[in-house]
Amino acid sequence: MTQIYFEDTREGQEITTLVQNCDSQRLVFWAAGSGDYYQIHYDKDFAQRTGLPERIVHGALKHALLGRMLHEWMGEQGRVRRLACQYRGMDMIDKDVTCKGVVTGKRKEGGQALVELEVWTEDPQGSKTTPGTATVSLPSRGD
Amino acid sequence: MTQASVITDEMRAAIGRESAPVTYEVDNTGCRQFARAVGYTDPIFYDEPAAKAKGYRGIVAPPGFLGHPVAVPGRGAPRGPEALGLNVPYKRILNGGTDIEYLDDVCAGDMLTATSRLADLNEREGRMGPMLIVETETTFRNQAGKIVAIMRGTAIRY
Repeated sequence: MTQIYFEDTREGQEITTLVQNCDSQRLVFWAAGSGDYYQIHYDKDFAQRTGLPERIVHGALKHALLGRMLHEWMGEQGRVRRLACQYRGMDMIDKDVTCKGVVTGKRKEGGQALVELEVWTEDPQGSKTTPGTATVSLPSRGD
Repeated sequence: MTQASVITDEMRAAIGRESAPVTYEVDNTGCRQFARAVGYTDPIFYDEPAAKAKGYRGIVAPPGFLGHPVAVPGRGAPRGPEALGLNVPYKRILNGGTDIEYLDDVCAGDMLTATSRLADLNEREGRMGPMLIVETETTFRNQAGKIVAIMRGTAIRY
């Protein structure tokens, strides 16, 4: 991974996109990894009985994918300080979830070099299904 | 026609109430399994020497992973809104949002103590009928008593 420094970022900058297909195996991995065994994510009949058209991607998996996007963009010395998102739209099983982010601000505070971002996931139609915000700390060349 | 509120006085009184503490165990296998589910390839989430070489105490818990609750069936404190004294009349649930603030690294070997607080209750009419929006705030402290994460969650009951 390439290391991003505080000085390398600027407002309006787009960060590296992450695309993750969420097939049934991915959702079962997630059920085990997260401990969320709610059947709407892996049992099609169960999902449809609750009124959903299909099995849906776990919201928290999309949160975690946004975290992975940030980690892989920042490099090893970066840290996620805050990551918040809302599950506005459902993502259906077997589709790609595309994670994106844009730098919205930067500041130095309490000895930390912080960068604020708008982050979100998009479905294959390009709709923002999971809008959010993040704060990360990066190493600074000025330190 | 506006439907009668499902938020009873008893439920409203639960706002601000704190749950009994729940222990979350952060272990090597849990970190690896979570990292694999999210698709990480960075060895700090899988390999202890690799994590230590980067200055961490142990295998790193990926963002979003705060361990698994130490639970014995039939014993210990219940989790979720019910643990906070809420009697929700809806069976179905959707996750509305997640907000995690990190105040320190979380690594394998950590034992976290989590206390949840019912932050707010709201009602809304959604596509799938009336919904109850339950906001909770959970504070995670590590074995040294330091707050490592604050998680604000939104559950939609309908």
